[in-house]
Amino acid sequence: MQEDATNVLFELLHDELISYVYSNDIDMKSKQISILESHGFRIGQSLAEQLTKDSSRFKDELEIMKFVCRDFWSAMYQKQVDNLRTNHQGVYVLQDNCFKLLKRISSGKQYLEFAPRFLAIPCGFVRGALANLGINSIVTAEVISMPAVKFQIMIQRV
Amino acid sequence: MAVCIGVIAKENYPLYIRCAPNVENEVNFHFTVHTSLDVIEEKVASLGKSTSISTTDLREFYLGQLYPSEDYRIYGYVTNTKVKFVIVVEAANTQLRDNEVRSMFRRLHNAYTDVICNPFHVPGDKIKSKSFDSVASSMIVPERKKENPLVI
Repeated sequence: MQEDATNVLFELLHDELISYVYSNDIDMKSKQISILESHGFRIGQSLAEQLTKDSSRFKDELEIMKFVCRDFWSAMYQKQVDNLRTNHQGVYVLQDNCFKLLKRISSGKQYLEFAPRFLAIPCGFVRGALANLGINSIVTAEVISMPAVKFQIMIQRV
Repeated sequence: MAVCIGVIAKENYPLYIRCAPNVENEVNFHFTVHTSLDVIEEKVASLGKSTSISTTDLREFYLGQLYPSEDYRIYGYVTNTKVKFVIVVEAANTQLRDNEVRSMFRRLHNAYTDVICNPFHVPGDKIKSKSFDSVASSMIVPERKKENPLVI
């Protein structure tokens, strides 16, 4: 039961953070998404450190992705990613058919225009976790109908 | 127990180095820790190839003893996030078991994770945390004074 309580708190905190960033109208317009994303990035970094502490060493990129889909997702959203696809050239698509942070907002196209602000932090989570594990990436999210989300990860190779 | 503990970031710059309080030449230890990075890199690269010697713990963070030198033994540990921990032990300290070294690394790793999860810590900065410091200093013992080898 305690587990449930912390999950609710996480959701509330997440939603409150968004409404705080959006309520503060002092010269932050157009930067709100990146502010949220950078918060997510920092949290993702810490989480990657914390969650990989007891796992074994990752052999390659795909194993890191599997870690994100399984362990990371279950730690954050109590479920695993429903589908992971890749073109083997540095693009990964993570599909979650019932994304926890959108589940309570709508099922369908209602409030679709608000989806980006609710996905900025989760995108940051993924980018931060990957960055700490040694993969630089660009993470974008795509919503066609809530609460399903597709996260697209583009690996940046130097 | 250790005479020197080092934490190296994934980009190979030092995050934290602490030596026993009575060492004469601290720079020497910095040097030792940094030279061990080459060995660590080599070991990690060879772990990547699954065809290499089939020890069971290929995928463990603990790398074992990196190389022996005349006065010290150097142990290494690399996390999934490519942060390296190095522990330098006096060669004279023979009663230290492999398992004890392993658990020291484990404790360091836990302490390091706590540092990273501290919202006031900026990732990539030097470690200034007092709690990490106290964990590290609990593992450090003063270096024994070298005996004069000519006395028979």
